[in-house]
Amino acid sequence: MTTKSQALLNWVDARFPLTSNWKAHLSEYYAPKNFNFWYFFGSLALMVLVIQIVTGIFLTMHYKPDGTLNASGIPIAFASVEYIMREVPGGWLIRYMHSTGASAFFIVVYLHMFRGFLYGSYRKPRELIWVFGTLIFLCLMAEAFMGYLLPWGQMSYWGAQVIINLFSAIPVIGPDLSLVIRGDFVISDATLNRFFALHVIAVPLVLIGLVAAHIIALHEVGSNNPDGVEIKKKKDANGIPLDGIPFHPYYTVKDIVGVVVFLMFFTGVVFFWPEGGGYFLEYNNFIPADPLKTPPHIAPVWYFTPYYSVLRAVTYPLFGLDAKFWGVIAMGASVVVIAFLPWLDRSPAKSIRYRGPIFKSALAIFIVAFFILGYLGVLAPTPGRTLTAQICSVLYFGFFLLMPWYSKIDKCKPEPERVTFK
Amino acid sequence: MSVNQKMDSSRRTLLVATSAAGGVAAVAAAVPFVASLTPSERAKAAGAPVEADISQLAPGQMMTVEWRGKPVWIIRRTPEMLASLEATDTLVADPESAKPMQPQYAQNKHRSIKPEYLVAIGICTHLGCSPTDKFRSGTESGLGAEWKGGFLCPCHGSLFDLSGRVFRSMPAPDNLEIPPHKYLADTMILIGEDDKA
Amino acid sequence: MTISMIKTLKRFVAIALFAPALALAAGAQLHLDRATVSSDPAALQNGAKLFINYCLNCHSASFVRYNTLTGIGLTEDQIRDNLMFTGERVGDLMKIAMRPAESKAWFGATPPELALIARQRASEFGSGADWLYTYLRKFYRDPNRPTGWNNAIFENVGMPHALWELQGQQVATVTENADGTKHVELKLDKPGKLSVEDYDKAVNDLVSFLVWMGEPVADKRKSIGIFVLIFLAGLFVLSYALKKNYWKDIH
Repeated sequence: MTTKSQALLNWVDARFPLTSNWKAHLSEYYAPKNFNFWYFFGSLALMVLVIQIVTGIFLTMHYKPDGTLNASGIPIAFASVEYIMREVPGGWLIRYMHSTGASAFFIVVYLHMFRGFLYGSYRKPRELIWVFGTLIFLCLMAEAFMGYLLPWGQMSYWGAQVIINLFSAIPVIGPDLSLVIRGDFVISDATLNRFFALHVIAVPLVLIGLVAAHIIALHEVGSNNPDGVEIKKKKDANGIPLDGIPFHPYYTVKDIVGVVVFLMFFTGVVFFWPEGGGYFLEYNNFIPADPLKTPPHIAPVWYFTPYYSVLRAVTYPLFGLDAKFWGVIAMGASVVVIAFLPWLDRSPAKSIRYRGPIFKSALAIFIVAFFILGYLGVLAPTPGRTLTAQICSVLYFGFFLLMPWYSKIDKCKPEPERVTFK
Repeated sequence: MSVNQKMDSSRRTLLVATSAAGGVAAVAAAVPFVASLTPSERAKAAGAPVEADISQLAPGQMMTVEWRGKPVWIIRRTPEMLASLEATDTLVADPESAKPMQPQYAQNKHRSIKPEYLVAIGICTHLGCSPTDKFRSGTESGLGAEWKGGFLCPCHGSLFDLSGRVFRSMPAPDNLEIPPHKYLADTMILIGEDDKA
Repeated sequence: MTISMIKTLKRFVAIALFAPALALAAGAQLHLDRATVSSDPAALQNGAKLFINYCLNCHSASFVRYNTLTGIGLTEDQIRDNLMFTGERVGDLMKIAMRPAESKAWFGATPPELALIARQRASEFGSGADWLYTYLRKFYRDPNRPTGWNNAIFENVGMPHALWELQGQQVATVTENADGTKHVELKLDKPGKLSVEDYDKAVNDLVSFLVWMGEPVADKRKSIGIFVLIFLAGLFVLSYALKKNYWKDIH
């Protein structure tokens, strides 16, 4: 480094902790050297967040949150999306990136969470990272739900109608609460405008704050790894973990490979399959919102369907409250219960590599149940499907609520002293 | 430090190549975003040339048509009005219209294709207000006995003559702009397009 | 563990295994003929002509400008001279004079905007093109309808058969299936200007145009996509080599 740029750096460092932050979070942040495939999805989630923010900013320059009709009888919000798709130079690409990005976000985040299930990343001392992560997931769901109203198509409208009406199931305050959320007696222009405000500024601010907290907490305690052993327990003479390597350059170059591979899938969808077979962009959402006509079959977007299935699976009234209320409670609980994982897991081993057959089976059943719930959520209910959803919901909650018992009695293998690295 | 020492030549080559390719990718990714800031098809359609029928325009009268969201004036000048241009010749800042505020075919004293008709963009070259017409001459105009007819910008008081030439020592630096235009017929003007383009 | 518990568990597992099969059963089927979507400019131009002559009177395509048709190989002069009414500019949107409220009073429902119709009509039974191709060939005479027309895949449709001059008139024999659903058999009663094969081809052209209009940028999108993927493949090779090079230090 030349003396001049060194002098500039010194000048900055005297006023802002640039070098020390660079060291603490990149060049001297020691990560376990045995990260595998599953460890790409954290950096990829960050990548998708950036894509969503940048494309979102450019979309707001042309989008109009207006539910009133134009001279041709089309809602202005719907028409402005088509305006972006057809008339704004490059607009179609930005919009497809944003719509594909929403689905990509959930794919990446689900895989990222599954990594945590596999290797016990939520266990002590990483409980807060996990709690922040669950809050990020909740924020993401809110963000996706409100963003989905904005194109003001039939699925936007009726999806929001159904979900907001869920709140009316809450005893006493429910009906007034859903009225306050909508700002009207039906989903209307008022709802569209407030969802726009929340989607483009309020929720993203919270989301970014939580992501920062998630990463700060991670860098405080250090990363877990596929073996689930603490690398900080074995340090060399300089206090550097024996199994740790500097995040930069080793994991930056590795994550770049991950980003490039991700972009190949992402652009593959954006350029060749933007509708995602009707799952990323639903066919009925190409029809402008019509408050007088519900589409014959409405289903939430694919990433919400497991929870939606749980909601529909509850068909029994209880304690004098109707089934609708308990469905809402079950749906909410199915997400919130994830946050309690650090305190439900009593296994001596963190990683699935050293866990016994009971946990492995439980996780496998949980994943199968989750997929079936997701699949059922896109279909119209029949008695057979409802029964299946009820069984899968029980398996879903059983995985969490029985964990203190079965994780304890499981036959674990001894964890190694050092990480395995070939 | 240790990284630098071990920086073998193949690593350096790869680092440069990957960074360069990554840079290309970043620039390419920026293209749709920058493109989205340029005028849309709607803006281009609204900015398409407009036709103006001048058959109803009486001598000494002015009509305004909208082109690209701006007022375009068409003024049918009387012989007296044209004569006033001789008198203002010595008083205006750029009498020969040397500055490129008009297409070639309007770079003359009357600043138009046909002397009788002036086609000009009614936007003051100072800060973008639209001047008002003060066609009456003399004290009646409120601009003094010497006033030969022209335009007054209400914002900062710039004065223009009947060819849209700005008088000397005015806030406005330039003459009014003449848009590209052509005659489709004797009484039909197309604004926004000329034969040269 | 008692035997009854094991039995219950077994039943649970069996149900869990067959859950997807259970879920798949049920739901009405809709049989659609397959359209052959063409990107040939001659077919698209023929489709555009049919669209403007037969559809654009009652339906609008208010997201599309006439000059967008340069994308199917027409020049602006051709568009102006052959496909437009006087007084419109080539940059204008394909709007119609009929106001939505009026048309609702006349037809009972506002004729839908058609710019996106091919994307709207896609379903698990086939693409939007398939639906439109079937729909436009399945009109039949029905004296019980106010318009005198009905449709085999769109029962009690509000729209009269706009292309009847070309297709002619079909009549239907409605039979009931064993499961209670209706089966409609169509027969050409009075031939139209076109033979059956020519009419099918004309409808195919029209449907191809509607698909094109649903997303005029689709072809460009795919051709850009190929370059992007090739470039990323190259970037992958470079970044992977770089990663390998750095990671040879780690033992």
